[in-house]
Amino acid sequence: MTSNSNLSNMRRLVEQLKLEASVERIKVSQAAAELQQFCLQNAGKDALLVGVPTGSNPFREPRSCAVV
Amino acid sequence: MPCTWVMACAYAPSGCAVACGGLDNKCSVYPLSLDKNENLAAKKKSVAMHTNYLSACSFTNSDMQILTSSGDGTCALWDVESGQLLQSFHGHAADVLCLDLAPSETGNTFVSGGCDKKANVWDMRSGQCIQSFETHESDINSVRYYPSGDAFASGSDDATCRLYDLRADREVAIYSKESIIFGVSSVDFSLSGRLLFGGYNDYTINVWDVLKGTRVSILFGHENRVSTLRVSPDGTAFCTGSWDHTLRIWA
Repeated sequence: MTSNSNLSNMRRLVEQLKLEASVERIKVSQAAAELQQFCLQNAGKDALLVGVPTGSNPFREPRSCAVV
Repeated sequence: MPCTWVMACAYAPSGCAVACGGLDNKCSVYPLSLDKNENLAAKKKSVAMHTNYLSACSFTNSDMQILTSSGDGTCALWDVESGQLLQSFHGHAADVLCLDLAPSETGNTFVSGGCDKKANVWDMRSGQCIQSFETHESDINSVRYYPSGDAFASGSDDATCRLYDLRADREVAIYSKESIIFGVSSVDFSLSGRLLFGGYNDYTINVWDVLKGTRVSILFGHENRVSTLRVSPDGTAFCTGSWDHTLRIWA
């Protein structure tokens, strides 16, 4: 019966929404500050951000080699 | 592979096996071996069975469990050894296109994105959807957790990438430009989470500053759509795969 299944779908939806509404939330200003802090803390290790010293970069332009 | 399209593949954490799947509706695990004479196809183990195509798969923290998402609108957790379904996740109203596991070792959650424009966060043990985000205007093609695990980014056919904070339970940033009209196929964060890389269907890669919300740079090089993008585990480079039959590494 479509009306019965609609009713049970709606009931399930209401249960799900109740669950989601009860989740503990923090303020965006705090969340944003923590994301920012994590970024800045780890920025030093991020090679794509600060670059690697040319000596250790395996993809640098090949320079000439001298045969000894 | 016995089917025409492979849509998902994943490495096992130990590096000893690969899981893949696609239009065959299954996820199969192949053990890897350096022995050229071994017939690897014979050792294939079919782990997951869905009623529609497999869009994404990922091993959990061990080689023994695989999480899959499918065009049938569900995600599922399987035991590799027995092929048994451990948990299924229902809640998406349309195909699920992507998933990503939370980064911490003790994490028990994962996020999935689908054609119903929703990104859902699930508890792996209970099968419950704990949070749901619906702000995109079109299919979500890719989701990726922020390195700290407190947020995740998503890329969609509506040409935007968005950042959702899990603890504030809402979208906190949109990365878009009026000049970008093509959908995002794949997103990934740099190691610190400061940069967000997005592969777009207009053949480019846009690099966004996560904190400022502005585009840092645009990378050209592919001759067709960028379909997938992943930053290396050590964060020194990232790789993109494209419809132009090439994989390119950017450093």
